Amino acid sequence: MALVLLSFVILLLSAFLALCLARNPRRAQDAGAYGAVAASLAGLIPSVKVLFSGVSETLALPWPVPLGSFTLVLDPLSAFFLVPVFILTGLSAVYGVDYLAHYTGKKPLGLAWAAFNVLTASMALVFTAGNAVLFMLGWELMAASSFLLVLFEHEKAQARRAAFIYITAGGAGALLLLAAFSLLGAGSPVMDFSSFVFPAGRAASAVFLLALCGFGLKAGFIPLHVWLPEAHPAAPSHVSAVMSGIMIKTGVYGIIRTLSLAGPCPEWWGWTLLLLGAASCLLGALFALAQHELKRVLAYSSIENVGIILLALGLGVIGAANRAYPLAALAFAGALLHVFNHSLFKGLLFMGAGSVLQGAGTAELEALGGLSKRMPGTAMLFLAGAAAACALPPFNGFAGEFLVYLGAFRSVSSTGSIALAGVIAGLSLACAGALAAAAFSRAGGAAFLGEPRTERAAKARECGPLMLFSMRALAALCLLAGLFSPFLLLPLARAVGSGFGPAAGLEAAEAAAVPLIYVSAGGLLLLALIALAWAKRRAFLGGRKPAEGVTWDCGYAAPTPRMQYGASSFSQPLTDFFQPVLRKLGQYPVISEYFPGKASFSTEAQAVFYNSFYYPAAARLRDLAYRFSWIQHGRLQIYIMYIVVTLMGLLLWKL
Amino acid sequence: MEIIKPLSQYLAVMLLSPLLLGIINRVKALFAGRRGQPLLQLYFDLHKLLAKTPVYSRTTTWAFKAGPVIGVSAMVTILAVLPFAGRPSFLSFEGDFIFIIYLLGLARFATVLAALDTGSAFEGMGASREMQFAVFAEPAFFLGLTALARVTGQTSLAGMFGALTGDTWRVAAPVLALLTASFFIVLLAENSRVPADDPNTHLELTMIHEVMVLDHSGPELAYILYGASLKLWVFGSLIGCMVLPRHSGSWATDCGLFLLVMAAVAAAVGVVESAMGRLRLTKVPYMLITAFAFSALALIFQMGR
Repeated sequence: MALVLLSFVILLLSAFLALCLARNPRRAQDAGAYGAVAASLAGLIPSVKVLFSGVSETLALPWPVPLGSFTLVLDPLSAFFLVPVFILTGLSAVYGVDYLAHYTGKKPLGLAWAAFNVLTASMALVFTAGNAVLFMLGWELMAASSFLLVLFEHEKAQARRAAFIYITAGGAGALLLLAAFSLLGAGSPVMDFSSFVFPAGRAASAVFLLALCGFGLKAGFIPLHVWLPEAHPAAPSHVSAVMSGIMIKTGVYGIIRTLSLAGPCPEWWGWTLLLLGAASCLLGALFALAQHELKRVLAYSSIENVGIILLALGLGVIGAANRAYPLAALAFAGALLHVFNHSLFKGLLFMGAGSVLQGAGTAELEALGGLSKRMPGTAMLFLAGAAAACALPPFNGFAGEFLVYLGAFRSVSSTGSIALAGVIAGLSLACAGALAAAAFSRAGGAAFLGEPRTERAAKARECGPLMLFSMRALAALCLLAGLFSPFLLLPLARAVGSGFGPAAGLEAAEAAAVPLIYVSAGGLLLLALIALAWAKRRAFLGGRKPAEGVTWDCGYAAPTPRMQYGASSFSQPLTDFFQPVLRKLGQYPVISEYFPGKASFSTEAQAVFYNSFYYPAAARLRDLAYRFSWIQHGRLQIYIMYIVVTLMGLLLWKL
Repeated sequence: MEIIKPLSQYLAVMLLSPLLLGIINRVKALFAGRRGQPLLQLYFDLHKLLAKTPVYSRTTTWAFKAGPVIGVSAMVTILAVLPFAGRPSFLSFEGDFIFIIYLLGLARFATVLAALDTGSAFEGMGASREMQFAVFAEPAFFLGLTALARVTGQTSLAGMFGALTGDTWRVAAPVLALLTASFFIVLLAENSRVPADDPNTHLELTMIHEVMVLDHSGPELAYILYGASLKLWVFGSLIGCMVLPRHSGSWATDCGLFLLVMAAVAAAVGVVESAMGRLRLTKVPYMLITAFAFSALALIFQMGR
């Protein structure tokens, strides 16, 4: 526990130092990055220790805040979330050194590093806080520091818009959480999680719904996802990696803690989670397929993956409510394993997108192409990450989804509502998997393969060595976590045990062990066969040199890169099929003459939920608020009078 | 000595699967009144291709070469999981068919990336269509296997097909018939046979699978053709295991019968190809949705039972 505290201290000190050294960008970079890496190493040790030993650690310091107490609890569930926090922020900091070097002199790097390290510290605080006041402190710090980072390129109108949507969503979520906590902590002098008494009856459902919406606004499942596809692309790429890889998981963590506090949950909670998760993973994958910008594709894929996690949680709650414990344990284990796996591969993918953004100057899919020749390292690592994101063996994405599938299958052969839940869960996963494979082959293919579509892409350069190092490390972790998933079982079982009761942990380990070992064996066999086939291919050549030529184009002599299949054309059959959901906007040329002249064509992926629900609702709210604008004079005296009147009123009410 | 049986099953699949395409072609020739290719034509082709020097487009990178390698390796891995004549292979475990579905996905992913690596509009078209059809085929296939798991109460492929007996057919004939039909449609689409695709077409614009591999040559093309024949075996053997539920207890009899059924499945594909025209590209998703509907109906029947 002392080491966790040490990592907090290192993070805050290095953030302060980076601010002080802001005049000298190189020094500020060093202060921030070394601090983040050192804090990661310091934080990883106790987290891993707790995961393997299973013994929780608690630290209480005096803290004179009403209702608050400085209680840090490191139980296996917290540790399971802390491990990816420290892995990802450490590697992102290394990546960030090269990435931010491009902004030297143009941007306040000291501030960026200070915000990054505060973001890391606040996430670690959220995962370890044992008191609601402390938790909210971490939660709001996290929102504020990431808000600053989203605003990093504030000269762009899009970034400003993203930051405003983000801070609004964050504020709304925090309000809901405050309400939930006040319901939970009513009557106790200190708002410690351990002293919370979950209310019964209707109040329990109110707490659940408040927490679901409050945490959901951070987790970003549909329909609470509106900020996510705006904010993730706007932030610098190493920050997008952290936000998408782990920050949204604070929402998942909150939901798990709520479920854990509630004890036995009613079945309809599970159905709510399951259906929200199913909608989220299907729509997330579908929207990812329609996006034109690489980082937006990844942002929608994060929505898909949060959906998968939520769906697994829902399946688990339904299973537990029906006393099908092995099934519930498998689903919970799948959810947690997917949290870990997603943080690795999504971090890798966002870093890859950042390299593209820096190397080619744009991440618009229709302006890229052929980067595999110009940035071979990034291309290979990104495509490996894409395979992991599509849950393809032997990468890690498969293991988590596999456990959820196993849970779903256990339930299919039983009776009643669990069977239906299992079918819905499995089917949604299968559909989302196929859509995600289409989305990622489209994005990876359009960006990295074929011929460059623009001048900029043709001149792209490979990214810096530190950026490559971080991506290599994450890709290696993705492969290792996929091949050796049985070794993750013990920490996983401990985390499930601490979140959902020790029996659940044991059952998960028991039910998942044998199949995971077989999956590992299959993955190793696959790798061996690939190596064999590759070596054989060489042997068949027998030293002869392959001939070189042009790509076959039906004998057409002057192909241009613009004749390639673009990203939009690749997904057009599917996006047309799902047009009622996607509602993409398009302008198609009408060709009426025999010798048509120039024509132009454009399609645009809409933010459907934002445009057709949130924006009109916000406009309605704004109109309503204007009616009361007479309260707002801009005169200080009157504002002070408001305060005095309010205080007097409160005083009278209490008397 | 128990290792001999799975090993010989494995070797038999590796050696015999190219024969399936020969049977299909022979049946088609019979319908058309031609003499047709020799039965072993694919073996000759593979032998010839392996000795050839490939031509690579200057546009391509490692992804182009990795596609066929990963594709064929994924198929060989699947065959280590897939049951043979309702008997388990090397790797048989709870939920193994999920592993198979995702390995098929891996092969598709690698092939599509290899196609996009050439920068050709034709291969892009093929890749786009392949991914589109997969979005409809995969849920149908998955739901069918779910229904089968429900019918047999088993969660591994070998378990499901091992538990499938003549009695199961007597009790749940409509369910199993629907599932067989659904799997057959998925087989046709996944293996790019008529009516989803025409392996003999000569117009790049209308191809799906063939157009994705237009630029491959030499050993890579051999890998692709061999991988395609293994894939046909994978889907064919699912149908074979469905319709041959009798387990005599004698390994040799079972295996012999199974090989005959596999030949019959190939012949059935040949008959369908001879008797039907190709569907318009835009209609293929509806065909796959029909397969999905069959699977869903089977599941509903089974859950209502």
